[in-house]
Amino acid sequence: MKLTGSQIFVECLKEQKVEILFGIPGGVLLPIFDALYDAPIKFILARHEQGAAHMADGYARVSGEVGVCIATSGPGATNLTTGLATAHMDSIPMVAFTGQVATSLIGNDAFQEADTTGITRSITKHNYLVKDVKNLAKIIREAFYIARSGRPGPVLIDLPVDVQKAVTEFSSSGKKVEIRSYKPNCSGHLQQIKKAVELISKSKQPVIYAGGGVVLSGGSEQLRELAEITQIPVTTTLMGMGSFPSYSELFLGMLGMHGTHYANFAMQQSDLIIAVGSRFDDRITAKIDAFAPHAKIIHIDIDPTSIGKNVKVDIPIVGDVKNVLKKLNETVFQEKDKFRKNRLEKWHEQIKKWKENNPLKYKEDDKLRPQFIMEKIYEATKGKAIIVTEVGQNQMWAQQFYKYDYPRHFLTSGGLGTMGYGFPAAIGAKIACPEKLVFDIAGDGSFQMNIQELATAAQNKIAVIVVVLNNNCLGMVRQWQELFYEKRYSATVFSGNPDFVKVAEAYNLEGLRITKKEEVEPALEKAIAMKKTVVLDFNIEKEENVFPMVPAGVPLDEIISGLA
Amino acid sequence: MRHTIVVLVENKSGVLARIAGLFSARGFNIDSLSVGETEDFTISRMTIVVRGDEQILEQVMKQLNKLIDVIKVSDFLNVRHVERDLVMIKVKANSSTRSEILQIADIFRAKIIDVSAKTLIIEMTGNKDKIEALIKMLQPFEIEELARTGIIAMSRGMNKTKIEN
Ligand SMILES: Cc1ncc(C[n+]2csc(CCOP(=O)(O)OP(=O)(O)O)c2C)c(N)n1
Ligand SMILES: [Mg+2]
Repeated sequence: MKLTGSQIFVECLKEQKVEILFGIPGGVLLPIFDALYDAPIKFILARHEQGAAHMADGYARVSGEVGVCIATSGPGATNLTTGLATAHMDSIPMVAFTGQVATSLIGNDAFQEADTTGITRSITKHNYLVKDVKNLAKIIREAFYIARSGRPGPVLIDLPVDVQKAVTEFSSSGKKVEIRSYKPNCSGHLQQIKKAVELISKSKQPVIYAGGGVVLSGGSEQLRELAEITQIPVTTTLMGMGSFPSYSELFLGMLGMHGTHYANFAMQQSDLIIAVGSRFDDRITAKIDAFAPHAKIIHIDIDPTSIGKNVKVDIPIVGDVKNVLKKLNETVFQEKDKFRKNRLEKWHEQIKKWKENNPLKYKEDDKLRPQFIMEKIYEATKGKAIIVTEVGQNQMWAQQFYKYDYPRHFLTSGGLGTMGYGFPAAIGAKIACPEKLVFDIAGDGSFQMNIQELATAAQNKIAVIVVVLNNNCLGMVRQWQELFYEKRYSATVFSGNPDFVKVAEAYNLEGLRITKKEEVEPALEKAIAMKKTVVLDFNIEKEENVFPMVPAGVPLDEIISGLA
Repeated sequence: MRHTIVVLVENKSGVLARIAGLFSARGFNIDSLSVGETEDFTISRMTIVVRGDEQILEQVMKQLNKLIDVIKVSDFLNVRHVERDLVMIKVKANSSTRSEILQIADIFRAKIIDVSAKTLIIEMTGNKDKIEALIKMLQPFEIEELARTGIIAMSRGMNKTKIEN
């Protein structure tokens, strides 16, 4: 059958089972938006393209499906870039469409023209400029395949307006996409896996260091199995939160710059690190030459470029985390007698001591402190909510003082650290999972970076609870200035913050201000009962800091506690 | 260590930019890069000469492989192969120097491909050493312009840098 490019766009989205699209229209997208007008795809009209991209990202992180967004040429496309870079750094499957000026005008500095494929080349997994409508269906199918397979990531398709209007033959296809130059290796080499098991059985002070790859591959179950049969303690990265249940005795919490003492000590003293879907980022290793000096390293990852990039690896295993862990667990099981239950007794004792001596803590007085608020949210939701964060101190408190037991329940911009990510991502998360409570744990600075999406929440009746940990400053930067720049608070203190309660009310949403400890519980109860977006303005201690912390340039175990 | 890397890529627009971007974004230096079509018009072949220690090179190879449009990457370090570079040199020449320059060209088996009252263009293919030797010999006569294609390389015998199906 003969279809226009825009109709093919709709048909291909249906083929990919896309139910929802986030974006903003524009001149060169008129044909596509006309086709969307009566298509069976829900459209969420954002208020800024960055918001649309983060919504698609939040949707993808919670559902595990590809998130889809669309923006017009030029400024629409450039507005999308932060969202693409955020998804790229965290390996989130997304397909982004951008309008483009007509093919005859490309390169002419036409109205609203930008070299979108050029600009986004390094912040996407792959991108396409469609020059001929005949290639459109193939490109869309490839894009979805690339976005979700291997190490996932965002793929962008730039669609000139004339291609949207041009007509060509279209037939639907159920065929698997084949790309000769792209064949991700998912299985994991059996010989390497056997070697790994041998090394694991001999280790005396092993640690599993799990990252976002575990969540992305759906390998949490397998991770838990591995830890339980080998009795090896587990620490996770920020991206790995929820990939291992926090209630397990084997859990060490997060490692790295704001990690727990015991996770960082365990890493530094370990004789074997089993890295699973993690990448030895600089926030994890701290001073790299002093990182885990006695440890051998097994590294499991789908992306060969992640292996051996920052640290020398003894046993690399390229493959999908879930697949590899399955095989690894089978092998461990076959050699059960090498993994006696109490063989790591001494190591467990040591860790227990570290945990007892250095628990996560904060000052418990009558002041309204963010850590207390997070604990109350945990109690009010029984740990079942989806927690999305902004960036800064709020992000770290959200990580430290809420406990994560399930994958895909903690969403944060880990790699890029994008302020303004949280609120739109929370909207996307709520759409993916309407039956769950969704919280955006926000800073007053970050929230203002995409605060306009309150209108999107209002228009679409999406219920997100925004917890503004309002310290009237760019807290995380202020903290560094306090600790390392003699409290010279250069450009970090706000005056002129809006009244967030009134802002919410202006959008016909709800707002509550909380200034005292005893108001926290009732406010949360009220917000949960409301079933529409609520902004909770918590006026917290301005000079509260995030501890523990490992300052820049020192080894991972030279950790500052903060509390004397 | 100097490595000659041969990369087979999809013959599409934008691929060169991806590869160049990969090198610049990661701060890898390229000595030379050449691109052309192959026996299969849907595939282009790039020869990239890079310098760096083993770890950097391993990262380069992996990053190249990761690009969606890259079909195959081979490092020729331990492969028996031939390398060629083509150079064109426009050198100043007058009646008193012309014959001496021609003699030098002759010794190097280089070709004269253009003559004018004041210049000669000399063309030669060879490996890096030979080309550098020729340049050195011509420098005293004043080189006006110099252009090189960059190295291309091919493995000897039946060793193939092709995609196996
Ligand atoms: C888009 C963006 N701009 C700047 C930064 C640098 N930065 C990191 S944390 C931070 C402060 C965040 O302030 P706020 O959202 O109020 O959170 P708080 O640390 O106070 O909890 C800044 C400016 C960033 N991460 N992202
Ligand atoms: Mg703040």
